[in-house]
Formats: sequence, structure tokens, C-alpha cells
Amino acid sequence: MKKDRIGLKETRRSSRGVLRRLLREIGRDRAPLVLSLLLSVVSAALTLYVPILIGRAINLAVGQGAVDFAGIGRVLVALLVTVGVTGLFRYAVEVLNNRISCDVVRRLRIRAFGKIGRLPLSYIDSRGSGETVSRIVTDIDTVSDGLLIGFGQLLTGVLTILGTLAFLFWLSWILALIVLLVTPLSLFAARFIASRSHGYFLKQATLNGEETAFIDEMIGGQKVVQSLGAEEATRERFDAINDRFGRAALSAVFFSSLTNPVTRFVNAIVYAAVALAGALLTLSGVGGAAPLSVGALAAALAYATQYTKPFNEISGVVTELQNAMASLSRVFSLLDEPEEKPSKPDAPSLTEVAGRFDFDDVSFSYSPDRPLLKHISLRVRPGETVAIVGPTGCGKTTLINLLMRFYDVCDGAIRLDGADLRELDRRELRRQIGMVLQDSWIRAGSVAFNLAIGRPEATREEIEDAARRAHCDGFIRRMPDGYDTVLPEGGGNLSAGQKQLLSIARVMLCLPPILILDEATSSIDTRTEKKIRDALATLSEGRTSFIVAHRLSTVVSSDLILVMRDGDIVETGTHADLLAAGGFYAALYESQFGGKPKRRETP
Amino acid sequence: MKHLFGQLKRFRAATILAPLLKLAEALLELIVPLIVAKIVDDGIGGGDRTLIVRASLFLVLIGFVGLLFSVTAQYFAARAAVGATNGLRRELFRHATGLPFKALDEIGAPTLVTRLTGDVNQVRSGVNLGLRLLLRSPFIVFGALIMAFTVDARSALIFSVMIPVLFLVAFAVTLTTIPLYRRSQAKLDRVVGLTRENLTGVRVIRAFGREDAEVDRFRRESEELSSLNRFVGRISALLNPLTYVVVNLAVIVLLRTGAIRIDAGNLSQGELIALYNYLSQILVELLKLTSLVITINRSLASAKRIGEILDRRDALDSLPEETPDRATPDHVVFRGVSLTYPGAAGPALSGIDLSVGRGEKLGIIGGTGSGKSTLTGLIPHFLDATEGQVLVDGIDVRAYDTDALRRGIGIVLQEPLLFSGSVRDNLKMANPDATDAEMESALATAQILDAVNEKGGLDAKIEQGGRNFSGGQRQRLAVARALVRRPEILILDDSSSALDYQTDARLRAAIAALPEKTTVLTISQRTSSLRDADRIAVLDEGRLVGLGTHEELLATCPVYAEIDASQNADGKEGAV
Repeated sequence: MKKDRIGLKETRRSSRGVLRRLLREIGRDRAPLVLSLLLSVVSAALTLYVPILIGRAINLAVGQGAVDFAGIGRVLVALLVTVGVTGLFRYAVEVLNNRISCDVVRRLRIRAFGKIGRLPLSYIDSRGSGETVSRIVTDIDTVSDGLLIGFGQLLTGVLTILGTLAFLFWLSWILALIVLLVTPLSLFAARFIASRSHGYFLKQATLNGEETAFIDEMIGGQKVVQSLGAEEATRERFDAINDRFGRAALSAVFFSSLTNPVTRFVNAIVYAAVALAGALLTLSGVGGAAPLSVGALAAALAYATQYTKPFNEISGVVTELQNAMASLSRVFSLLDEPEEKPSKPDAPSLTEVAGRFDFDDVSFSYSPDRPLLKHISLRVRPGETVAIVGPTGCGKTTLINLLMRFYDVCDGAIRLDGADLRELDRRELRRQIGMVLQDSWIRAGSVAFNLAIGRPEATREEIEDAARRAHCDGFIRRMPDGYDTVLPEGGGNLSAGQKQLLSIARVMLCLPPILILDEATSSIDTRTEKKIRDALATLSEGRTSFIVAHRLSTVVSSDLILVMRDGDIVETGTHADLLAAGGFYAALYESQFGGKPKRRETP
Repeated sequence: MKHLFGQLKRFRAATILAPLLKLAEALLELIVPLIVAKIVDDGIGGGDRTLIVRASLFLVLIGFVGLLFSVTAQYFAARAAVGATNGLRRELFRHATGLPFKALDEIGAPTLVTRLTGDVNQVRSGVNLGLRLLLRSPFIVFGALIMAFTVDARSALIFSVMIPVLFLVAFAVTLTTIPLYRRSQAKLDRVVGLTRENLTGVRVIRAFGREDAEVDRFRRESEELSSLNRFVGRISALLNPLTYVVVNLAVIVLLRTGAIRIDAGNLSQGELIALYNYLSQILVELLKLTSLVITINRSLASAKRIGEILDRRDALDSLPEETPDRATPDHVVFRGVSLTYPGAAGPALSGIDLSVGRGEKLGIIGGTGSGKSTLTGLIPHFLDATEGQVLVDGIDVRAYDTDALRRGIGIVLQEPLLFSGSVRDNLKMANPDATDAEMESALATAQILDAVNEKGGLDAKIEQGGRNFSGGQRQRLAVARALVRRPEILILDDSSSALDYQTDARLRAAIAALPEKTTVLTISQRTSSLRDADRIAVLDEGRLVGLGTHEELLATCPVYAEIDASQNADGKEGAV
């Protein structure tokens, strides 16, 4: 119990901290915010003043021959001015609020996006991209909708309620008291419906999630479903889920739609009470007070029509505010994530890299309880081609992560031309390395744009030349708009092999002194792969290259083969050495080629 | 839209009753100002306290009856909206699961999923809101207008000027903003895409040192989005204040003319209040209506997108049904088959002539994009050939009932997709009648029984996409799933690429040893996997460039020899 209370206090304190930070974020642009608040207060008050003026005008037109035209004229002029000013202020408030929220959204988004470029890869690797995207997009939108707009609505709502009561008091304290007494009823009604429908909404959301997951799986795997002839069975399962969802949705939709009728009914009670009491008061004053005027009654009735509306809005706004606070703290926690250590300002610039790599007793692990690379030492001479082979999970890709400084070593050091990688500027280092990964990344944009990612200033001729050397010029030309064909995010209809060819062309365009190919040709058929390998061989002439491959045919001609197993380098040597040694490599080779002495079959 | 109306027909009573009850409720609301006028003129004017009390109680009664009407209306509206859109979703799912491959590729799975989820939900809120308010709000507006005329026709003329002005304002503002909102949504999609790309492509972006360039790009896109939103905001912010000002201007005119008419004895004070109340009601309803217009508009767009899918009539070609000849020695025959995908520059297959004997083990090999999967996809009639015919058991696949044709075929697609559930669920999807023994024997043939038993046998849990199994295990489970259908034709589309040599060899041997005389077509990238096939078909850019045994092809088919050489790892060194 006590613990709970402390927890609650902490949340409250932290949410206050979050709010304060948002205000800081709005910071130098505080003027529009203050102006907007000021104008909403004024326009709420003026809006409430309008019925009073109207009531006054009605009072001046009692009956035939008893109309004070001069008085009405004055009131109408006042009314005209009030309405005009209210209209202007309302417009100004909306425009200001919209501007504030657009600015905050833009500023937070750009900051959060910039964060992506500085976060350590461990953060990005350990989370699905969806989570971070939703923080940068949905959460920031929720903040602007919920917090800024919601706060404005809350303020106007409260002001309207208080103002209504104040004006009613001014008209007649008895009417005000009556309205005040009925108020809890409308609060209770709104609360009751909200709590009932909340449960139904949760159920609806769960079932909706279940149905969406099913649709996602079955539509995504539709070809397999059809190949198994399981269409009808799938439909039956869908119908069952769909029916359950429908039942839950009916309750949720129905209960939540009760708010309006019920509050309207409460409003009808308020209205009737005001009409009754007001009319009686008009006939005779109470407690020595003068009788109420008809105009005042009209004004009081005008207030009563709108009285419960702000209650409705406030109950909606409170949930929105809670959501917005939750979103805001998620956004801030992203912005607060520790970043990669920046490079030292005195980091040497790399020119004329020879490409010698020294691994000195390198150890690495992603999590301290599971060591991955253990005490690896290795010399790679400039211009050598190094192949890394071994079963899945043996640490091949990790080695590449360390070379690119996507991760830093835990212990020991990797040196390039004698300089510790950690002393180098990351970008400077990466500029020296061309990397192709197994999962090719194709972004939305034209083919040429995709190829020129490493050298945006490259000419069309250079791009086409690189594509030719990567053997993708042919299929690119067959695409509807050739190099200008716009690809969707992920590459759309391109096969995995074609995407790998595009990734290779990207690197061909940059020609960096060091190459890293991590399963770069795994989806390319062996004949094309061989052609690419020949192209790469010319390319890697004089370039230090690291090649990770599952297919051993890819690595046989390497200068050095590292055989890895469980984070250790268990064997090193050339293909012939390793085969002769008859160790782990030889066994791997046999499992792929059946150990058949194929060389005898080749003429 | 017609699909939605078709679904709403199933809930005809609810669909008609919901707006009618809403109208009844609105009618009651329109009586209120009349009662107030009565209170003012007869109650206060005539000093009649009983009338005041009675009239007030009547107001509560009206409120209560209105509550009953509207609660019932809400229920019917919810029922019609949920029922009809659930039916729509069901219809759409049925349609989507019957789409041929070509249509599936054209539409794309993500689009279909969005139509089935987001769009249907959007339609639901539109129908629900529409049934409740679309009739009610205009009814109140025009009802108030008519009531105003019955109170005092001269004063009511003000109303008939104001209402068109208000509609004009509302439509001008919404119609200008709708396309702008659409543009802003498209821009937001760009921002989302850019963010996602930067996360999924983080390694490539860092490898090429493009972080700052990406931030600049994002800044540009965000600023464009932001200034567009500010622009739209400035327009849509007009709606509420303008409506407010116009209605109040009408009030001012009303008070002015009302005063003159009261002075002349043509209008009472109570009637003036009633007229004023009608104006207030109109204001409230119009504000509701404008927000409604936006929702309805979005729902209409969703309904249209759903309709586009449901209206697709992409059936596969069909011919009058014929009876297959199960004894013909040529099990599968391709006769002059060509196929060009829509929008493709060249044909995927051209002029294929090939016949596969009953019980033959045929290997198919060729480079990336040479047409291997297209060729095998023609056999279960997943696709239609652009030219030529495909025959199974002597008759054209188009002359089969598709289900009957596919029942005899087990095909393992390149992507070994497993569904969440148990191993048993997955196998039963392929053959609901399979016994445990049959399933286990299929698993054994596919060389995966031991691994499955380790994870708990047929009840072993499979996570979505088969995440908890390795690539090779997924491939073998997919093979078992095809085998459990006891197919006469088994098609393996590169289904052993993730298997090591020994497992692959055992799998091939087990399939060859199946008791039934199964015809097997195996696609592979590796010549070693096809070496013991009866014949191997070599495809190159959609053409059949070689057909024969491994040895024959090595001697006669340069493409095959080249493929083999590229895999014959130590060829070069061996020669030295």
C-alpha cells in the first residue's frame, strides 16, 4: 500500500518533470503559447457574455408598443463588436495552437531523427525498427494532439464551466445553485459510461489484434495457403475470429456511444430545472431579490443548453492528456539514450591507407554473460583476401561489426596500418571500407539514386559503368524506366539476388581501398556469382578484402581462410593447406560437396 | 459502395430504424423551444404557475423519451455498422483468399492487409456515425428552419438566408482542406518511410557515412510537412469562428427585426426567445455536421478502396471440364509454353516444350530469374500461360476444377513459410484427414522427425513464420507438409538450399524411395543436388537450353557446364 503511494508520487513527480522539459523545449517560442492562453481566456469569457447581451436585448422588447429601440440599438452594437472580437480571437487561438504544435512536432522529430545517427548499434539492433519509428512518428503526434490541443481544450472547458456558473450567479444565485446541484449527476454519468466502455474497448482491442495477426499471417502466406489447398479451412478459422471480434466490437461501439444521449438527458434535466425555477423567479423574487427578467431567463436557458458539453469534452481530454504524457516520456527517453562516444578531435585523417590489419588479443561480447570472440590475434597483410568461414553463430559477422566499428572491442585492439581503430574517426575509417551485406537494403527512390548512395555526385556514366561491372546493368535496363525506375522501400519485386547485385554495384561505384563482403552473393546463382567474383578479383587487386561466405566455393581462392567456431579461430591457412590438414574445414567442405573428389571429373 | 449497401441490406431493420429513431429524437428536441415560448408567454405572461410546473415536467419527459429513442437508435446503429462491416470484412477475406497469384502480386499483401483491417474499421466508424447523425443534423437544421417559419414567417426569412451561407462556408472549407490533408498524409508517409529506412539501413548508411545527409533530408521533409500542416491549419481554423460569427450575425438581425415586429404587435417576447433557441440549435448541429463530413469522407474513400479489390474479377482461364487419363505415360506436358508478366520488359518463359513421364525425377536448374519457379507454378495452375498449353494427365490444366487439380500436387515454394500453431496444425492444413502415423511418416521422409520429436512431437509449437526452427528445418517441415498430401506430383522449389550435403542426399533418397510412383520436379541451384535425377532441364532467360542427364549436359550444354564449373570449387586448383 505504502509502496504504491510512493510509486504514484514518483510518477506524478516525473510527469511534472516531463512537462517542465516540454516547456523548455517550446522555450524561445514561448510568446505564441502565452498569447494563445490569454486569447482563449478572453474568448471564453466573451462567448459567455454574448447570451447576456442577447437577454438584455430581449428584455428591451417587452411587447406591443413597449420596445426601447435606442436601447436595443446600443445592445446590438455591443453584440456585434463582441461577436466580431470573439470570432477573431477564436481564429487566432486555433492558428496559434496549430503553429505551436507543428513547431514542436517538427523540432522534436528532427532531434529524435538526428539521434538515430548517433545511437550505438546495440540500441538499434536490440529493438525492432517499428518501436523507434512509432516513437518518432506516432508518439510525437500524440504529444502535439493530446498535450497542446488537449491542454487548450481543458482550459477552455474549465473556464466555460466556471464562467457559466459565475454568470448564472450574477443573473440569479438560485439558478446557479440549482445547476451546481445537478453537476455531480453529469460527472457521474460520464464517469460511469467511460469505465464500462473501457473494459469493452480493451476486449475489442485484444480481439482486433488477434484478427489482424491472423490476417497478416494468412494473407502474407496466401500463396502457400493456396498451394496447400487450405483456402476454405482458413476462411472458416477467419470467420470464427471475425465473429468473436464482431461481438466484442458491438458492445464497445454501443457502450461508448451512450455518452452523448445520457449527457443530453442530464442536460435536459438541467434545462427543465432552469426553466422551472427561472420562470417561477420571474413571477416573484425570492428573499427580497427583484424578480428575474425574461431576458435573463433566456440567457440562463442559453447557458443551460451548453452546460454539460464541456464536461463531455473534459472527460475525453483527460484520457488524451494521459496518453500524451506517456508518449512524451517515451520520446524523451529516446532522446536521453546514451550516444556513441564521439571520435577524438585529434583523430588522424586517413590518406593513402595500405590496408594492414592487426588483431591483438581481441575479445568481444554483446552481453557480458555470453562471451563471443575470445582472444583473437591475427595479422592481415595489405592487399590480402581473407575469407571467414564457419557455422552459423560462430562470430563471423561480429568480426565484420568490429572492423566497421559498428561495435567496439571489449578487450585488446584492432589496428589499421598500426593505428588503433578506436583512435580513428569512425567516418574516416568507414570511408576506407566498402561493405556489402547479405540483407541488401534498397530504399524508396530511383535505381540510380540507390546506386549512388555512397557517391551522390557520381555521373550517370559512372553509375552505369559500376552497374555493368556488378552484372546488373542488364536487368536494370529491362525495367520500365531503366535507371530512373522508382523502387519502393525494400525493393518490391526485385529478387534477393538482384538486390545483392545492386548492393555490389554501390560499392563498385566508390572503389574504397578495403572491401568487406558479408554473404554478399548468397542469393546469386553460382554462374553470375563467378562473374562477379572475377570482377571483384580485379577490383580487389591491391585491396585488403574480407569475405564471409557460407558457400565454400566462394572462398577457395582466398589468400587466407579463417575457420571460426564458437568465437575462436580454429584453423587458418589456404584452401589447399586446410584440406590437407583434414580438420574442421575439410569436414565442412565435405558436407557441402559430399567429399566426392570432383577434381577427377573435371577434364 | 455497392458492397457496403449489400451488407447493410442484411441489417435492413436496424439500418432503417436507427436514423428514424434519431429523427424522432430530433423532433422532440425541436418541440423544446415551443414549450419554452409557452412558459414565457402564457406561464410568466399569464402568471400561471401550474402551467410552468407542468411544462417543465414535460421538458423532462421529452428528455427521457428522447433518451430512450436515442439509446435504441445507438444500438441499432452499432449493430448495423458492426454487422455490416464485419460482413464486408468476411466477404473481402473470402475474395482475397480466392485471388490468383497474378492478382496477389499485383495488389501486394500489405495492401490487402490494410484493406482488411484499417479500411474496414474506417468504414465502420463512418457507417456508425452516418446512421446516427447524417440524417439527424440536417433534419434538425431544416426542422428548426420550418419550426421558425411556423413561429413567425417574416423573421424566419433570416434563417433561410443564413443556412445556405453556413453550408457554403462549411463546404468551401472542407472541400479545400480534404485534398490538402491527403497531401499532408502522403508527406507524413514519406517521413515515416525515411525514419524506417534509416533504422533498417543503419549499417549501410553508416558504412557510406551518410548520417548527416540523411538528417538534412529528414529536416527538409519535416519542414515541408510542417509548413503544409500550418497552411492547412490556417484554412480549417476558419470553420469554427466563421460559423460562430455568421450565426450570431443572424441573431443580431433577428433581434432587430424581432423588436420591430414586437413593437407592431406581430410577435411575442416568448416567440422571439423560441426563434433565438432555434438558432442556437442550428449552430450546435452545424458544428457537429462539419466534423461528421470529414469522417464520412474518409470512410467513403476507404469503402472505395475496398470496392476496388472486391470488383476485381481476375479469374484464371478455364476450359470446359474434361476427364483426366490417369494411365497416360506423359504425366506433365508443356506444349509451346510462353509467359510474359504484365509490365515486364521481356518474357519470363518462351516456347517451352517439355514432357515429364509418370514417376520421372526431373531436375530443373538455371540462373537467377531464368524462369524456374514460373515453369513449375504453371502445373498447379497458379498462373496462366500467355501462349501454349500445360497438360496434366493428358488434359489442359484449364479444363480441371482447380481444387481437384491441386489435390494431386504437392508443391514446396521457395519461401518455406510455416504458420503459427503446432506441427500438427501445419500438416493438417495440407491434408485435414492425415492420421498421426501418416504425418510421422511424412516427417520421417523429410528427415525432420527427430528434430520434431525433440521439440515435443506433432504438438511441438511453431511460432509465427517458424522463427523457432532453423532455415534448414523450416525447409524440411515444408517438404513434410507437401508429402502429407500424398501427391502424385511433387514439386520442390529450391527446398534444400539450406541443407548440408548429407541431409540433402538422404532427403533425395527418401523421396526416391516413396512407395507411390510419384513424379518429382526438383528445382535447385546446385548441380550436386540434381546429379541423380533421371533428366535435368536447363533454363536460361526463359528458354529451355538443355535437357538430359548430368553427363550428357556436361558434354552438350555449355550453360550447364558453366554452372557446374562455377560450383566445382577446386576445379582450377585441381587442374593444376
